[in-house]
Amino acid sequence: MQKTDHTPPPSLRQRLALRGMDGVTLLVLPAVLFVLAIFVYPFVYGLLLSFEPKEGGMFANYTRFFSDPFLYNTIATTLWLAVPVTIISLALALPVAFRVRLMTRQRLLTTILVLPVTLGTVLVAEGLLNFLGPQGWFSRTLMLFGIIDSPVKLTNNYWGVFASLIITGFPFTFLLTLSYVTGIDPALEQAAATHGARAWQRFRHVFLPLLVPGLAIAFLLSFVQAFAVFPSAILLGAPAGPTRVISIAAYQAAFEQYDYSMASAIAMIMAAVQLVIVVAVLMLRNLFYRGSTAGGKG
Amino acid sequence: MLLASSKFNQLRLDHLTRSFGSVNALQDVSLSIGKGEFIALLGPSGCGKSTALNCIAGLLAATGGSIYLDDKRIDQLKPEDRGFGMVFQSYALFPHMTVHANIGFGLKMRGTAKAEISRRVDEALMLVRLETHGHKLPGQLSGGQQQRVAIARAIVIEPPLVLMDEPLSNLDAKLRLEMRAEIRRIHNQLGATTIYVTHDQDEALSLADRIVVLRDGQIRQVGSPRILYESPDHLDVAEFMGYRNRLTGKVTARDGDRVTVEVGTVKLAGNMRGEIPIGAQAVIAARPDDVTAIDAGDNALTATVETIEYRGREFVGTARTEGGLELIFHAPQAAAIGSTISLAVDPAHALAYAA
Repeated sequence: MQKTDHTPPPSLRQRLALRGMDGVTLLVLPAVLFVLAIFVYPFVYGLLLSFEPKEGGMFANYTRFFSDPFLYNTIATTLWLAVPVTIISLALALPVAFRVRLMTRQRLLTTILVLPVTLGTVLVAEGLLNFLGPQGWFSRTLMLFGIIDSPVKLTNNYWGVFASLIITGFPFTFLLTLSYVTGIDPALEQAAATHGARAWQRFRHVFLPLLVPGLAIAFLLSFVQAFAVFPSAILLGAPAGPTRVISIAAYQAAFEQYDYSMASAIAMIMAAVQLVIVVAVLMLRNLFYRGSTAGGKG
Repeated sequence: MLLASSKFNQLRLDHLTRSFGSVNALQDVSLSIGKGEFIALLGPSGCGKSTALNCIAGLLAATGGSIYLDDKRIDQLKPEDRGFGMVFQSYALFPHMTVHANIGFGLKMRGTAKAEISRRVDEALMLVRLETHGHKLPGQLSGGQQQRVAIARAIVIEPPLVLMDEPLSNLDAKLRLEMRAEIRRIHNQLGATTIYVTHDQDEALSLADRIVVLRDGQIRQVGSPRILYESPDHLDVAEFMGYRNRLTGKVTARDGDRVTVEVGTVKLAGNMRGEIPIGAQAVIAARPDDVTAIDAGDNALTATVETIEYRGREFVGTARTEGGLELIFHAPQAAAIGSTISLAVDPAHALAYAA
């Protein structure tokens, strides 16, 4: 054998290891399979299915959706619920989070606020039907004090769904907001205060700019959740009219008309609408400072 | 120089007390601070120095006593109404604002005109030597630069009082020395009354006009750096000021302020602090610098070397006497660990306290 001064080239294994891939990397496989089977495959299947309508050309489902007001109006109906609900949840969560931030015993309050999450939409809907219904305590109490003459209609319409979405969505929004609010270095507020900023100025000039990126994420997650509203739109709303949201349209296509292709097309449109909002909000978020919320090193 | 400190004559703490539950973090602290003074609050952690500073800043409500700025009582005012400047240990710069905006923050909150803000911020930037960094975000600066921005932010509002809470403790040793000189220079230039909290006696000695030593929420001694360094009133203050060797014995002779204390068979002399009668027990306190390893002598302590460190010009080590007492000494040459050495205590710099 001839002696050589050159070191042998690194083996494939060494080269892979340099890129951070070794035996342990294989542990990612179950997760990859799971994502492929549960998310990617159904999505691609649904997308392809939506291009194979019962009758007509490739885009027949989509043309039908956007030419039938009964169908395309569901987008506006859903947005008209999801956007105000998300904004109001955030607007409520922010001041509550600012108060809770200063409390020494946050746990009890946080538990109470988070409880609705564990109840599930259906239980909340049942409760609201009884509470806000024509014979419910809410109307009765108002009538008792003579504030109204006849029961206010708060169920089987927009406001029923609205209330239910706020109740089930708020805890989630609140927890996210609280984590962003408490993530801001308290020394920043002290610094602002000693240098002359009043409470409102501290919020406006220090907290708010640092919170915007977090609030954008909280907005998106809450929005996506609200946009997919289904049970409460049926139980508390008027599923034939003002709360005929897009998921109801998809449900009817799939399980009342047995047109899976159309249902897939509606699901794709739903995804596209959410995507547009998500991208728009993320782009707005990029306009703000997104770095560390600490006041210095160390 | 257009930047200047606002006018007032005296800040007075009057029996200031702050308790947390049953613990008094600050107890009956009374102190007058004159215009232009640089005061260091010095003490070990938990002594109440930061509590005192936060009470003065208004970030913490006092539970007793009062604070006066001349004749105006200010302890009930919110921090934003006191108009002080403060420099935080963690810098607390607004991370989303440029250096320029950070420094101008206090002026903007006061509704100062834009042109005026810009002019004064530029001046402050020049003062802390960061002229070219105005447009950067704090995250793009080094620790020392960030702290200089924090100092500029505090002084640009021309506050009657600048409060500094261990501003150098997050910096490395070299930078700390540089910034120390910088703070002193800025103080000399502006003459702003400053209260500086630190646990580092070197910092306090080199910066302050007067040092206030706190312990367990109470003032132990107030005095010039020289007084505190050379003749602390109490043994615990002496210990904190670097008198790390303590030798207990009986007073055998007195001559004015000089006493002789017999420690074992060795006679040590020192300057008496307080009144110690002949025959009473006394403690001789000495700095490591004043305990020197010598060639065997008649009147020397003998001890076994336990550790020895090279310090450049000399060696510093610990040794234990037969009585089990640990002494910290310095020596011109290295001594072998485990060897027996003789130690002499410099009588001119040793202090004696009643035991």
